[in-house]
Formats: sequence, structure tokens, C-alpha cells
Amino acid sequence: MKDEVTREERVENLKGMGCSRKRVEDARFTQGKGNYVDDIKLDGMLFGDFVRSPYAHARIKSIDTTAALDVPGVLAVLTAADLEPLGLHWMPTLAGDKQMVLADGKVLFQGQEVAFVVAEDRYAAADGIELVEVDYEELPVIVDPFEALQSDVVLREDLDPKAPGAHGPRKHHNHIFTWEAGDKEPTQEVIDNAEVVAEESMYYHRTHPCPLETCGCVASMDKVNGKLTLWGTFQAPHAIRTVVSLISGIEEHNIRVISPDIGGGFGNKVGAYPGYVCSVVASIVTGKPVKWIEDRMDNLMTTAFARDYHMTGKISATKDGKITGLQCHVTADHGGFDACADPTKFPAGFMNICTGSYDIPTAYLEVDGVYTNKAPGGVSYRCSFRVTEAVYFIERMIEVLAIKLDMDAAELRRINFIKKEQFPYTAALGWEYDSGDYHTAWDKALKTVDYDGLRAEQSQRVEDFKAGRTRKLMGIGLSFFTEIVGAGPVKNCDILGLGMFDSCEIRIHPTGSAIARLGTISQGQGHATTFAQILASEIGLPADSITIEEGDTDTAPYGLGTYGSRSTPVAGAATAMAGRKIRAKAQMIAAYLLEVHDNDVEFDVDRFVVKGAPEKFKTMKEIAFAAYNQAIPGIEPGLEAVSYYDPPNMTYPFGAYVCVMDIDVDTGVPEIRRFYALDDCGTRINPMIIEGQVHGGLTEALAVALGQEIAYDDMGNCKTGTLMDFFLPTAWEVPNYETDYTVTPSPHHPIGAKGVGESPHVGGVPCFSNAVQDAFRAFGNTHTNMPHDHWRIWKTANDLGLHG
Amino acid sequence: MIPAAFEYYRPKDMASVLAILEEHGDDARVMAGGHSLIPMMKLRMADVPHLIDLQDIGGMSDIVIDADGIRIGALVTQADIIDDAKLTAAAPILREAALQIADPQVRYMGTVGGNVANGDPGNDMPGLMQCLDAVFTVVGPDGEREIPAREFYEAAYMTAREDDEVLTSVSIPPPTGGYAYEKQKRKIGDYATAAAAVQIVKGGGSCVSASIAMTNLSDTPVYSQAASDALVGTAVDDAALDAAVAAMLADIDPSEDNRGPIAFKKHVAGVILRRAIVRAWSRA
Ligand SMILES: Cc1cc2nc3c(=O)[nH]c(=O)nc-3n(C[C@H](O)[C@H](O)[C@H](O)COP(=O)(O)OP(=O)(O)OC[C@H]3O[C@@H](n4cnc5c(N)ncnc54)[C@H](O)[C@@H]3O)c2cc1C
Repeated sequence: MKDEVTREERVENLKGMGCSRKRVEDARFTQGKGNYVDDIKLDGMLFGDFVRSPYAHARIKSIDTTAALDVPGVLAVLTAADLEPLGLHWMPTLAGDKQMVLADGKVLFQGQEVAFVVAEDRYAAADGIELVEVDYEELPVIVDPFEALQSDVVLREDLDPKAPGAHGPRKHHNHIFTWEAGDKEPTQEVIDNAEVVAEESMYYHRTHPCPLETCGCVASMDKVNGKLTLWGTFQAPHAIRTVVSLISGIEEHNIRVISPDIGGGFGNKVGAYPGYVCSVVASIVTGKPVKWIEDRMDNLMTTAFARDYHMTGKISATKDGKITGLQCHVTADHGGFDACADPTKFPAGFMNICTGSYDIPTAYLEVDGVYTNKAPGGVSYRCSFRVTEAVYFIERMIEVLAIKLDMDAAELRRINFIKKEQFPYTAALGWEYDSGDYHTAWDKALKTVDYDGLRAEQSQRVEDFKAGRTRKLMGIGLSFFTEIVGAGPVKNCDILGLGMFDSCEIRIHPTGSAIARLGTISQGQGHATTFAQILASEIGLPADSITIEEGDTDTAPYGLGTYGSRSTPVAGAATAMAGRKIRAKAQMIAAYLLEVHDNDVEFDVDRFVVKGAPEKFKTMKEIAFAAYNQAIPGIEPGLEAVSYYDPPNMTYPFGAYVCVMDIDVDTGVPEIRRFYALDDCGTRINPMIIEGQVHGGLTEALAVALGQEIAYDDMGNCKTGTLMDFFLPTAWEVPNYETDYTVTPSPHHPIGAKGVGESPHVGGVPCFSNAVQDAFRAFGNTHTNMPHDHWRIWKTANDLGLHG
Repeated sequence: MIPAAFEYYRPKDMASVLAILEEHGDDARVMAGGHSLIPMMKLRMADVPHLIDLQDIGGMSDIVIDADGIRIGALVTQADIIDDAKLTAAAPILREAALQIADPQVRYMGTVGGNVANGDPGNDMPGLMQCLDAVFTVVGPDGEREIPAREFYEAAYMTAREDDEVLTSVSIPPPTGGYAYEKQKRKIGDYATAAAAVQIVKGGGSCVSASIAMTNLSDTPVYSQAASDALVGTAVDDAALDAAVAAMLADIDPSEDNRGPIAFKKHVAGVILRRAIVRAWSRA
């Protein structure tokens, strides 16, 4: 057979790795044809919604549901008393704590779920909610974790104050855990004897992932067959199935969990919420499907917040800037229940990546988790577990040290970076960084933005300001981050005892197309596009002929889901490995068809060719057909493979960011003049999708750094429960991002990829913040807390005496 | 975020509107663009058992410009204002202000009448209309009457309009001189941290007349006669700017919210007014 097509064209036809293939998902999303949870409509479907507590801390003396039950269309009102006989009035959290499904005697945060009204439609449910009469007795409210640790007020009366919690001994009745990493005494010694020590306290404020689509589910119990189907906004559908089985007693094979299209997750949709449990119970009770969908206020006020870390640090160095030690203490505000979503052994996530990108010989980290009267959560908002906190901490400490040393912060970073030849590098707090080339990335970034030129311009600006020629200051924000993603090795990462592997199952159809199913679930990341590209390169069938399916536990292989940038590092690896199994079998089939020995054929783009005789080949399409139509001795028919991938290590993407900002000293308004982002995520599967992810992550970084927060008053009232006050930036507030890259493949990942969805958020937050702080450095500022909204920036200027 | 049940009316003429208002009293309310009222109903902060949609009432969507001035129908949207070239030529401050209200989607729905009748201190048009010395025409069971914008606002959500009256149009004397609408906000779609509407007439190098009103710095818009007076007769130099700002600060009474504390708001109000005056003066 003569081949008309060049090898180059064959590569192009595959649309494999490295090509900016257009997102296959977008055809339906841009036409409004997505299928989200709230689009699901079933015959006879009911709606459930919550009566929520107006108080942050109160005892519940009584609940009267009579008037609510009189509302036409209201069918039932569930309270803790109804759930108790089923043992479902409390549920386990991912962090080893337990959480009330419906208020059991008291409430611990404003917005807490008190009763669940089930009605024929949303309107009746809303009217019913108004009429449930709850008699509250207000209790003293604690919104400050430091106060919580001193207070006699016991928040969690259900816990034995003397008994250890899930992560060891508790120091106080409002204390949850202490978690340590590194060497306490040696670090103290280094700091005590250091030439220079810089010290800073910083509050990384509470915020919220705020996906455009809020959380929700539809539970449908088929009483005849005993099967429960649960559609939901789940970032981890299989884990949800296991949890539902464990707490409901329904056997796992009788539960089918489906995550349809998901409108963003960012960590908000990892955990299990009372709405899921109540919908399932309501469906069992009524025998009808029950839908529960949060509104925006419910979402912001009650389901998983992020951050809320009070961090104190000391960093020591020699006089010429070589860092010798790092100490960090965190007081972590977890709210009323510890519902963080972290691997079991990591109650503070991977906060111990806080030595950052630097070769710091000695370090010590201690985290205290504390209960307060705030909503539970503590999820990783567009980052791997607590990595934004860690990177913010170290990138601020570096700046503070630079000020103490009177040194340029870019230079200080450069002289402390882990060097290329030190990888794999074991950090003082335990992680083994797989690969990196920080100096190359840093030099490229600084050169591209003309760093020296920017500094010269900034000095001139300071002079002009002092001379009264301008009222605008210029800030240069720097940040160099190392992420730790791809959780993770089963030996040290599990959630509720489930190892954090992931999976891919491939079926090749006779005509040379394929379907691959994964244990992950896209929430907008474009898995259907990129995973097909990985496979195209691995198995030689065009990406356009490969369907990627996720999110249905009846069909997808078991996996731990999508968060912490783990999909490409773990499920992407499983995809490549499963693809290689397909290829291995295809090789045998090809050899049989070509009548040569297995080792005499080799893979070439989309075919196997006889070594030394390129005109003799069988395309993958031909091989696929043969797998189904020929009896090949010693080979089973069919062409399928499955791979469960347990990663040997995490992957460590990194990047270098620079932000140039002009700040109006009189109004506190910042203007971002330039934002340059260099990302190294290892092998690049789809550059266009990477760029999109970087834009998204940076925009959420801008949000967090410049205004986005969940704030409470002293009474525990959430002050930022709507998008009027919760800052969600639009295209208007966002600058033009310049993106760039270097490529340092992961040595242990089958295709060298590292994950990129969250890096820009992790690196972006300190970059925006550092730009604000840097603008005021010449006037004596060392640190001010985020979010840098107008009034806080104004206050910094005011405190520094810049308003005359 | 689901409103309580309500009865929906869409009458074709004003007489029917007034009849429904009369029948249901406090329980009835008119709706124009709905972009202030519906959110309040969804939050169940406004209880409106009888909702009267004004969209089918004719004759309230016109912009008339003649020698006597400008007459804007209550149902004219913010987007209409932005798109009307003749209006922009006659009173450019209207367009400059409308472009700083909300976002395009809201501006297609939000009306001038709703914005000025709402009585929310955050609305931009009340201050703007005070600056322009507009007059609001309302119609009720006893017929039509006119209420000057500068006398319309009593407290947050409390205005001189009676519950059974409907605002039909806004009349503005032809503005002259330089203008500026300056607004600081946290993001697109946000109400003002501080906003200033300024019109200045220049004659022979000095200020002949000035009009200044501030938004979201008290529980009503603030027309500051004193600040305006501080500019008249001056060359709008630094001393005059200082005096105008000081006079304005004496007239406002901001409260703390998520935008910041009082001291910040006062400071920003001063900066914003100063900038507005400078820009208006440069255009005078
Ligand atoms: C996201 C968002 C951002 C916004 N940002 C801004 C902003 O920056 N600046 C700003 O000024 N506004 C802002 N708004 C408000 C918007 O401009 C509203 O549309 C406007 O305030 C009200 O106009 P409406 O036609 O929608 O009135 P409606 O919501 O229909 O009515 C508002 C009130 O006025 C009464 N009313 C309406 N018309 C009449 C009438 N003819 N006679 C008597 N009473 C009447 C109603 O009964 C009701 O009480 C924002 C709104 C949203 C949703």
C-alpha cells in the first residue's frame, strides 16, 4: 500500500500532545447546551431547601413545623430529630471530625442548616422555610481563633475535651489539633544564633472559591430496585459514593453517583454537605426524586470557605543573604466543624511546602487548628492542599527579609534558589522535589520585563512623589513559586482511607475509534480535550476519534476525583499507562498480521512498521479491526486496557511572576499596568488550554489579593454573603496577562507533565500582594494584610503619613 | 432567593395603574426595570403582594429636547441615555454618569424613573438630578404635581412621592458650562464609595455659577449649596478647591460599610470632588 501522507501530516492528524487543539466541550457550553445538575428534571421531582440559623452561636430550644406543613405544596420538614433514628443527624467530615447534618440542639455558625423543607416546587419550599418557627437562645459568639483558645465558652459540647481528636491531643476545648513538621530545636538554635533574623505576622484572610455554579444535587431512590442515583456537583464522585454507602448503609453497588457538567469547583465541591444527605433521606422517605440547589448566599455563607490562616514567621540569614533557617506557626481557623478537605495524614494540607523554592537547610512548622463560630470548610481554593498559604507565607517572608537586609528581593531569591543540579531535592520539611530549573526561569522573567529598567523607573517615581510631582506610587511585585500537586502516592496520601491513585479504562472500537473513562471529573479544565490528546500520541488514533467520559460511577473506573491539580499528574499518567497497554497488544497483533516476530515491528505515530522496511506496516485503525475480526493464536479478541496509577511522587510545577502596579495614594485604587507569568508545568499537552488555565488562576489570584473575602462582624454575621460585597472580578478589572514558559519535564511521570490549573493562583496571590507592598517599601512599609482593597491600601498610605 | 407570592399586573394606561394603587394601598407597588425592586423581593426585604409592571404604559419612554429644557420619560433606560446623541450634546453629564452605573446588562433594564424614585442612597441619578436642578413630575389620584429633585429625598427609601403617586418624567433645565461625573467604586456594577456630580459655568476666567451634588455619602443624595458657593467668583484655584471640599464635607454624613470606615469615605469624597471640579472646570 502506498502512503500519500507525509509523516508530518500523520502527526498533525492525530492532534496529539503539544497541539493547541480547540476544546471539544465548548461547542455545547457556548450554545447553552451544557447539562448541569440544575438542568436535570425528573418526573415527580421535589425540591428541598434549608431553614438556616440567623445566629452564629445559639441553643435551639424548639422547632415548630406546623405552620410550614400547612403551606400548600409542602410535604415534609426534616429536623435532627427525624434523622437521629437513622443515625444521620451527624455525618463524618473528610478531616476526621463530624458535622451536624441538621442542627442537633445548637448551631455553631450563621447559616447553619436547621431544618430541611421538602416541597413540590421551590416556591412552596421557600414559603415553608419562612414559617418554620425556631426558638433560639443566643450564646456568646467567638469569631477570633486566639480568643477561642482562651475562652471558657465551649463551642463543641459534643466532644470530650480530654479525649484526643483525629490528629492527636487537643490543648483546649476549642482546639482541634497541633500538627508539626521539621526540627523544632535545631531551627530555634539556628535562628537564635543567626546574623540576621526577619520576623513577620500575617493574616491570610478567609475567602471562598465561589464557583459560578453553586453546589447541588438530585437524589432519586428507586424503591423497587433498591437503587439510589445521585446526581451532584461532585469533584470526587467515587469518594462521594463510598461516603454515601458508609453513612447510609446502602450497599455501594446499589448507589450510582453522577457528576454531570460542572460549572467550576475550585475546591468548593470536594466535600460532602448536609444538602446531599437530606436530599437522599428525603428521596427515601417520599419515594420521589429530590433536588437541592444552593443559592448564591447559601454558597458563600455555608459551603466550604478557603484560607483563614494566621501565620507568624521567622527567617534567618547570613549578612550577605544566604537563608539559614525558617520557622512558621499557624493558627488555623476552621470554623464550627473541622471539614477541611485534605489527605488524612495532613490536617494542614501541604503547608509544609512553605520553604518554597529555596534551599533552606533547617525549618520548623507548627499548625494549631481551632474551632470558632464560622462556617466550616478550609478547602484548597484553586490550589493543592494549603499550598497558596504556604507560598504566600514564604514569598512574603522573602520580601520582609530583603527589607531587613536592604537587598533587592529578586537577587535575594536568586542566591537562595535550589540549584538545578540539586534535584531531586529533599526539603527541610520533608518533601522530595522531583525536578526544577529555577534560575533559568527567573532570569528569563526578569529579562523579559526589563527588571532593572523597572526598578530605575520606580526610584524616579519615588523621587517625583517626594517632590510633589505625582500622587501615584509604583509597585513591582515578584513571586517565585513551587507547587506540590498530584496527590498522591498511596503510601502517604489517602482520603477517608481511600488511596489517592487514579485510573483510566480504554476501549478501542473495531473501526478505530475509542472511548476512555477516567476516575476524575472536569469542572471546566477541558479533560475531554487534553486526555484525548495524551491518548492520541500514545495509541496513534486521532484525538477527534476518542471520546473521554468521566463522572458516572457505574461506568468510570474508581478514582479520587479532580482537585489539587491531580488530574494530569495522576489520571493523565493512568491514561498514558493504559494507552501503553493497548499499544503493547497492538504490537503483537501487528506482528501477527505482518508475519514477523513481535520485536521486529516498531511504533511510528499511528502505526506499527517492520523495522528496516517502512513500506510494510499496519495502521492502528487496521489493527483495531483485526482485534475484533481475526482469530489470532495466543491473543484474546478485543482491544481494551485499564490502568490504576499510584504515582511514585508528587509533581512540582513552578513559575516566575512579575506584576507592575500603579497605586493612587489618595484613593487607594491600584491599577495593574503589567502582569507577566512564566509557568513551568513540565510537558505541555495543550498550550492553549494551559494559557486559559493561567488566565483563570491569575484572575482568582487578583480577586483574593485585592478584595475577595468572607468577613464577619463580632456577632458572627457574615458581611459578604452576596456578589455585591464579595469581589468576583469581571473582564473589566482584569489586566492583559502576558504568559510565558520553560519546560522541565517531571522525571517520574510517564509523559513528564506536572499539572497547571492551580499554579497561577498559587503564584499570583503573592505577586499581586507583593506589588502593593513594594509600592510602599520606600516609605517604611514591611507588611500589610490582604485583601488590598481600596480602603486598606488607603490606610497603608495614611498610616505611613502619605496624606500630608 | 425566591420572592413571596405576588399578583402581577400589566395595565395599558396610567388610570388603571392608579386604580390598582388606590385599591391595594401599601400592598401595591409599581415596577419599571425591576433591577432594584426584584432583588429586594427575592431577598424578601420587600414584600409586594401586588406588583404593577409599567412597561406597557405608553408615553413614558420619550426624550424631548427643546428650548425649555430636557424632558426624560420615567421609562427611559440608562442604555437609552447612553445611546442618545442629541441628549448627550445637550447634557453630556448624563451620558458620563450613566456609563458609570452598573453594567450593560443592568443598564438595558434600569430606568431613569426607577433610579430616581427608588430612594436608595447608592443610586447615582438622584445626586446627578440634584446637580442639574431637575424637577420630577408625579401623577396621583389628585392629578399631576412637580417636585424639585433637591426637595425629593427625605431619608433612605423615603421620598416626597406619595405611595399612590407614579413618577412620569424628569425635567432638566438646559445645562451650561463644564461638567463632570466622577465615581469611585470597587468594581464594575458596584455602587459608589463616593461620587460627585459637578456643573460649572465660567465667565472671564472665573466661576460664574456652580452646582455640586454627592452620592452615597449620606442616607440621601447631598446637594451642597455651600460647596457650590465656595467656587463662585473664584478662579477655581487651590484655595477655592479646598474651600469647596471643606464645605461639602460639612454637608455629608457617610456611614461605615464594607467599602470602608467613615474617615476613608470622607477623604475619598474630597479627592473625588476635587477631581470632578478640576475636570468640569477644564471643560467649562
Ligand atoms: C448589579 C447591579 C448593579 C447596579 N449598580 C448601580 C449603580 O452603580 N448605580 C445606580 O444608580 N444603580 C445601580 N443599580 C440599580 C439600577 O440602576 C436599577 O435599575 C435602578 O436603581 C432602578 O431602576 P429600575 O427601573 O430597575 O426600577 P425598579 O427596580 O423597577 O424600581 C425601583 C423602585 O422604584 C419604584 N419605581 C420605579 N419606577 C417608578 C415610577 N415611575 N414611579 C414611582 N416609583 C417607581 C419601584 O416601585 C421601586 O420601589 C444596579 C443594579 C444592579 C442589579
